[in-house]
Amino acid sequence: MANFYNDNPAFKLHLNHPLMEKIVKLKERNFADADKYDYAPQNFEDAMDSYDRVLDIVGDLCGNIIAENAEDVDHQGPRVENSRVVYADGTKKNLDACRKAGLMGMSMPRRLGGLNFPITPYIMAADMVSRADAGFENLWGLQDCAETIYEFGSEEQLQKYIPRVCAGETMSMDLTEPDAGSDLQSVMLKATQKEDGSWVLNGVKRFITNGDSDIHLVLARSEEGTKDGRGLSMFIYDKRNGGVDVRRIENKMGIKGSPTCELVYKDAPAELVGSTRLGLIKYVMALMNGARLGIAAQSVGISEAAYREALQYAKERKQFGKEIINFPAVAEILSTMKAKLDASRTLLYACSRFVDIYKIYDDIAKERKLEVDEKKEAKYYSRLADAFTPLAKGMTSEFCNQNAYDAIQIHGGSGFMKDYACERIYRDARITSIYEGTTQLQVVAAIRHVTTGTYLNWIKEQQTMQVAAEDEAVKATLDFMTQQYAAAVEKVVGEKNDELLDFMARRLVEMAGYTVMGYLLLADAQRDEESRRSLHVFVKIGEAEVAKHVSFIENFMPDQLSDYLYK
Amino acid sequence: MSLNIIVLAKQVPDTRNVGKDAMKEDGTINRAALPAIFNPEDLNALEQALKLKDMYPGTKVTLLTMGPGRAAEIIREGLYRGADDGIVLSDRAFAGADTLATSYALSMACRKIGKYDLIIGGRQAIDGDTAQVGPQIAEKLGLPQVTYAEDIISVEDGKALIKRRIESGVETVKAPLPLVVTVNGSADECRPRNARNVQKYKYAASPSEIGADEEKTAFIETRPYLAIGEWNTQTVEADLSQCGLAGSPTKVKGIENVVFTAKDARRVENNDEELESLVKELIANHTIG
Repeated sequence: MANFYNDNPAFKLHLNHPLMEKIVKLKERNFADADKYDYAPQNFEDAMDSYDRVLDIVGDLCGNIIAENAEDVDHQGPRVENSRVVYADGTKKNLDACRKAGLMGMSMPRRLGGLNFPITPYIMAADMVSRADAGFENLWGLQDCAETIYEFGSEEQLQKYIPRVCAGETMSMDLTEPDAGSDLQSVMLKATQKEDGSWVLNGVKRFITNGDSDIHLVLARSEEGTKDGRGLSMFIYDKRNGGVDVRRIENKMGIKGSPTCELVYKDAPAELVGSTRLGLIKYVMALMNGARLGIAAQSVGISEAAYREALQYAKERKQFGKEIINFPAVAEILSTMKAKLDASRTLLYACSRFVDIYKIYDDIAKERKLEVDEKKEAKYYSRLADAFTPLAKGMTSEFCNQNAYDAIQIHGGSGFMKDYACERIYRDARITSIYEGTTQLQVVAAIRHVTTGTYLNWIKEQQTMQVAAEDEAVKATLDFMTQQYAAAVEKVVGEKNDELLDFMARRLVEMAGYTVMGYLLLADAQRDEESRRSLHVFVKIGEAEVAKHVSFIENFMPDQLSDYLYK
Repeated sequence: MSLNIIVLAKQVPDTRNVGKDAMKEDGTINRAALPAIFNPEDLNALEQALKLKDMYPGTKVTLLTMGPGRAAEIIREGLYRGADDGIVLSDRAFAGADTLATSYALSMACRKIGKYDLIIGGRQAIDGDTAQVGPQIAEKLGLPQVTYAEDIISVEDGKALIKRRIESGVETVKAPLPLVVTVNGSADECRPRNARNVQKYKYAASPSEIGADEEKTAFIETRPYLAIGEWNTQTVEADLSQCGLAGSPTKVKGIENVVFTAKDARRVENNDEELESLVKELIANHTIG
């Protein structure tokens, strides 16, 4: 009878963030659907009540179905039969439950069969699903590919595909190829336009999550003879038409329930999305940003699972005559895990709110011209979303791996055995800092906002925050961390050496990350007593991490770079 | 082909999660300490009805429950999962009913609903565990009944094909409509609440829940699907002498609080001598044999 929503007060804390009122009113266009759809909210309170109730269903499903099936799914895994994927039994049950509960296409508009939820409550659902079974999140969470069809597809494509997603058909994004991983510009899958104007796809894709899905988004080379990203376009392949076979699925370390496929396209009919040549540079970038937020949610969910497993074990396991949680060395691991978890989650939802606002404005802009101040606001949040997405993906996935590691450490030898969930969690966590762009690539995306001051400007806005007397010292520490961060950025940028900047980028982005997360926790603590403990622990960690990076940067001579580089 | 299905549901105290204060000192249930839930096997019954609705579009599923006004919560739970409407049978005159009076009241409500091909209920409720109400309703309405059903496989040519769970295994039977079916806990679990239905029906309410609230009344008037029916003895034209306490031959003489205590464990060595003496002892005290 576990409910992953009700047993976790963090969800209500973030759901009730002050910015939600603006998001909901914009998303609901001042509740224009109220009399058009029998399930549309009448007002802000009504909408919030609906999110709360629907998240309660998600929590119920996660606690009682998806988490219960996780171990079996991990053992059984999917298989390939006659070039088609057969999911593990538990996966089928999970999908069936999610369909019957109407949890597909959550963020899609009602006119296309969706629930018209903002991204933020949708991400909360993803957070819970990932705690229950990180591998299943990949199948369920791929519904956000529908966002890309919604944003860039024709009205005909919207009408044709999105209601199917809302009814429970699954999706995949077919990007990676054997020679195009992080470097998607090298994609070679060939798209050929026939005389009647229709398109066919030929070639091979690899590492495609849920590659036997019903509706695929495919990145392919439509411009013959081109070699870079400008020759790539985005297509929809509908499995009902046939033409794509699953050659094999990978035998992975973790997220075993999620089939990772090698696909062979043989004259597979496909529809062009939007314009040719914008496939990578526009559509995949948008798709990727959504997927990165999804991985951040997955990371937070896994962190939550890891922390809970560790906490429970530490409370029960007795050594030297007492429960091990009573030893400071163990307690420190646990409180550090909790601080990283809470910091990850607050960054995740800050990011999802920024994404919500700018995406809704983008959508409104299709209906009418935005007012001047609306445009300004859209631009402001779009920039923040752009800055916070790689930061969230990078930081939360690294913390998730650290927490999974520590969960096993708390279990001692038992954690190394297959008997405890922490072993699966550890394997599942590992991929989060790799796919949808490695942490190193998140740094590449984030460093721009270090050098142009997006993070620093946002931090400065936070510094005017009124805080409780007991948090004054923490705030002073955060203010000092900010000064150190700004000085480090100035020093590194001042060297005017691109190679040095690339080399130091990770450190600068981490300094920004610890500081940003610290301020977010500080704001949470003003609304919620429960957040205070993590705030204090986290800022202690952040203070030390920032000092470590300062020491490295301050004592580094540019000519020492040659010690590190292979050339 | 579409069907009219009545699902019988009962709101019960959650006896599966019994805490220290679940019983009052006099041995009766402390309802305040136990959350009121949808009787588990009635949820299995609802799933069978919803499955038939999926199979035969146009099928209408009506929930029927007897209880106090707050039993409307059960109807909402059913609407969230896909039922079409629901009726609460509520009247002080129904209070104190045993299985006979309960089945009388419910059978009268079924008559009032009028159109039904199937009446489906759980095998039994977890508060009384009698398993009598379903069969008694069938008797009162003069209908055939299939008990211990695990799967209503199909309904064709006026006959339902049903898999039953019986002591020695499984048997599949065919029975003519209209028909009463009681569903076993081994049947498929009920589907989850549906996100859209929850938003659609969250304000559904019975007249006694709405009370004198003018705002609620006005809102529900514009959305008639939110009105949960509430019937009393007059609505179903019940004979008062067959209702509630008056209509219940079962009289509770007394309630005893039985506390099971484990006795000291005894260790028996694995040799013929000790085992034989143990077996003899168990036969002598009638534990076995």
